[in-house]
Amino acid sequence: MLTLEGLVYRSDDFSLSADFAVPPGARVAVIGPSGSGKSTLLDMIAGFLAPVQGRVLWQGNDLTRMPPGDRPISLLFQDNNLFPHLTVAQNVGLGLRPDLRLSADQRAAVGAALARVGLAGYEARKPAALSGGQRSRVALARVLLRARPLMLLDEPFAALGPALRAEMLMLVRELADETGATVLMVTHDPRDARALGDQTVLVAGGLAHPPQPTEALFNDPPPALRAYLG
Amino acid sequence: MARRAQPISVGLWVGAAAAALILMLTLGTLGAVMHRAGSFSGFGPADWAAIRFTLLQASLSALISVALAIPVARALARRQFPGRGLLITLLGAPFILPVIVAILGLLAVFGRNGLLNIALSWAGIEPVSIYGLQGVLVAHVFFNLPLATRLILQGWLSIPSERFRLAASLNFRADDVNRLLGRPMLRAVVPGALVVIFVICMTSFAVALTLGGGPRSTTVELAIYQAFRFDFDLGHAALLSVVQFGLSALAAVLAAWIAVPGFSGAGLDRPVLRWDARRGWLRALDALWIGLAALFLLLPLGMVVGQGVASLFSLPPQVFGAALRSVLVAVGSACLMLALALPLSVAAVRAGRLFEVIGTLAIAASPLVIGTGLFILLRPVADPVALALPVTALVNAVMSLPFALRALLPALREVEATYGHLADSLGMRGWARLRLLLVPRLRRPIGFSMGLAAALSMGDLGVIALFADPSQATLPLQLYRLMGSYRLDQAAGAALLLLGLSLALFWLFDRGGRVNADA
Repeated sequence: MLTLEGLVYRSDDFSLSADFAVPPGARVAVIGPSGSGKSTLLDMIAGFLAPVQGRVLWQGNDLTRMPPGDRPISLLFQDNNLFPHLTVAQNVGLGLRPDLRLSADQRAAVGAALARVGLAGYEARKPAALSGGQRSRVALARVLLRARPLMLLDEPFAALGPALRAEMLMLVRELADETGATVLMVTHDPRDARALGDQTVLVAGGLAHPPQPTEALFNDPPPALRAYLG
Repeated sequence: MARRAQPISVGLWVGAAAAALILMLTLGTLGAVMHRAGSFSGFGPADWAAIRFTLLQASLSALISVALAIPVARALARRQFPGRGLLITLLGAPFILPVIVAILGLLAVFGRNGLLNIALSWAGIEPVSIYGLQGVLVAHVFFNLPLATRLILQGWLSIPSERFRLAASLNFRADDVNRLLGRPMLRAVVPGALVVIFVICMTSFAVALTLGGGPRSTTVELAIYQAFRFDFDLGHAALLSVVQFGLSALAAVLAAWIAVPGFSGAGLDRPVLRWDARRGWLRALDALWIGLAALFLLLPLGMVVGQGVASLFSLPPQVFGAALRSVLVAVGSACLMLALALPLSVAAVRAGRLFEVIGTLAIAASPLVIGTGLFILLRPVADPVALALPVTALVNAVMSLPFALRALLPALREVEATYGHLADSLGMRGWARLRLLLVPRLRRPIGFSMGLAAALSMGDLGVIALFADPSQATLPLQLYRLMGSYRLDQAAGAALLLLGLSLALFWLFDRGGRVNADA
C-alpha cells in the first residue's frame, strides 16, 4: 500500500497537497490541467522533490528521506529514458547494477527481459538505431528487470502515435500483472486513463484528490475535470 | 531551486576537497609568503613605480585592444569574403599560442632588426625600440585584439536579424545602424571586454619579462620574480605578493561587478545580412581594417615559421630534452586540471555557485605568488628545485581551471537536467555515475578543456622560471634562454617546435573528445 500522509509541496505561489492511499496492485491514472502539479506529485513520490510536510510510506515504511534510487520504485519518464551513449543491453542492465558490473546470470536475465518485450537480439544496438516504440520497449524491459513493486510513469509514450501508445499501455498492464506492481501514470489523455484501468487521481486547484473509479469519474465529472475536458 | 531529498553525496566531498586544494594554492600560499616574510621590508619608490606601471599597461592594453576591435568586428560582422571563417577561427588561436613564440614573432617585425625598422631606415627615419611600455602594449594588443574582436562580433551576431531587416525597410544608412543598433550593443559588451583584458594583462608575466624590465617598465609580477630570483629577498617578495594579490582582488571585484561575457565562439562564422553598408568607400574602409588586423596577427607568426624552418633540424639536443619535459608537464597538467574541474563542476551543479566562484578564483590569482608560496611551503620537506616540474604542472592546472569550468559547467548542467533524474532513479552514484554518465556525455567539453589546459601549460613561462635550474628547463624557458644569449636562429627553430607541439596537443585532446562521440 502506498500512503501519502498529509503531503504538502510549496514553491513560490504554487502548492500541492495530497492525503490518500493507493491499494497494492492498483492501476491509477493521474489526470488534471497542465501546471496543476501532476508531475510534482510523482516527483515527491519518486524522491526528486522534498515535501515541506507530510510523509510518503510504502507498506508502512517511511520513504520521505530516502534517495530516489533506493525507493521501491521503477520510473518511466516522458523521454530520455535511455542513455544514448550506452547499448540497449547496458541500458537495461543498469536496472540490475548501477555500475554495470554484471554476472553471467544477470546478463542472461537482461537478454530474457529484452526477449519478453520483443527485442531479442537487439542487445548491442544504441538507442539512436531504434524506433520510438522500440526505445519505449527497452525502458520497459528495464522496469521488468528491476521488479520494483511501484511503477511511476510520467506521461510516457507521449511522443508515440495513438496505435503504438495503446500497444505500449497494454504491455505496461501485462508487465504489471506479471510482477504484481502498483502503477501510477500521469497522462493528459482520458483515453490513456481508461486504457490503463481501474482508478484515477484528479489533480486540480492545488489538491491531488483521492483515487476514484475511472469510469464513474469520467461519466460524472466534477467541475474542475469538466473544465479540463472541455 | 527545488529542494532535493537526497543526502550529501560522495561527489560533493570530492568537490569540497578540490575546492580546498584550490583555496590552499591561491590563498594558503599567500599566507605562507606573509608568514615566512615575518616583516615586510622596504617598500620603495621602485615598488610604487611597479604598481603604477602594472595599472597603466593593463588599462592601456584593454583600451587599445577594444578600440581597435570595434571597427574590425564591425567590418567582420557585415562583410562576407573567402577566408572569413578561417580568419575568425584564427582569432581564437592566440589563446593557445605560447606567449614566448608570439614575442619572438613580434621581435621579428617590430624589433631592432625587424621588418618595421628596416622599412623605417629605407625611409630615413630613426629606428623605434620595442622594449618598454610600447613593447608590452604591442604584445598585449596582439593577444587581446582577437579576443575583443570575438566578443564584439558575438555582440553583433546577438542582435536579432529582424532588426536589420527593419533598419533596411526604414532606409537606415550605415551610421544610423551603428547609432541605433551598434551603440546599445557596444554599451553592453564593451565594459565586460575591457575588464576581461584588464584582468588578463594585470597578471601578465612573460611579456613583461621579455619586453619590459628596467626601472620604468617593471610589473609587480616581474618585481616578485626579481626579488625572489635575483635578490632572494623573501620579505620583499612577500610584500609584493600582497600588493599583487590586492590588485588581483580589485580586478576580481571589477569582474564580478561588470557582467563578463562568456566566449562561446559558436556560430561566429555566420555573417549578419546587411543592406546599409554597400557603398564603395565603406567597403574599402572595412577591407582596410580587416586587412590590417590580419596582417598584424599573421605577420609575426609567419616570421616565426619562416625563420624557424631553417634551423628546426639543427637544434641543440637540450632543446629536444626540454620539449619532452614540456610535453610531459602539459599532459600532466591537463590530467590534473580534469581531476580538479570534474569534482568542482559536479559540486557546483549540486550545491551551488560557491564552488564555481572558487574554481574561477584563479583568473585573478598570480602564478608567481603561488609559486613563491609553494617554494616556501615545500622547502622544509623537499627540494623545491627537484619538484619544479610537478609544481609547474599543478599551478598551470589551477590557472586553466576557470576556462575549463566555462566549457564544462554548462554542459554538465545540461546532462544533469536531461539524464539526472533517470540516473538518480537507477541509483547511479559516485564512480558509476561519473564513468557511465558524466564522462561519456561530456567527452567534447572534456577534450576541449584538456586541450586548452595542455596548450596553456605547454607555452607557460611563469612558475618554471622561478624554480628550475638549467638541467630541467621546459621548452619555453629554454627558448627564453636562447633569446637571452642572442642565438636567434636557434630560438626561431625552438619557437616553431613549441608552436607545433602546443597546437598538436590541443588538436589531439580536442579531437579525442570528438571521434566516435555519440549524438
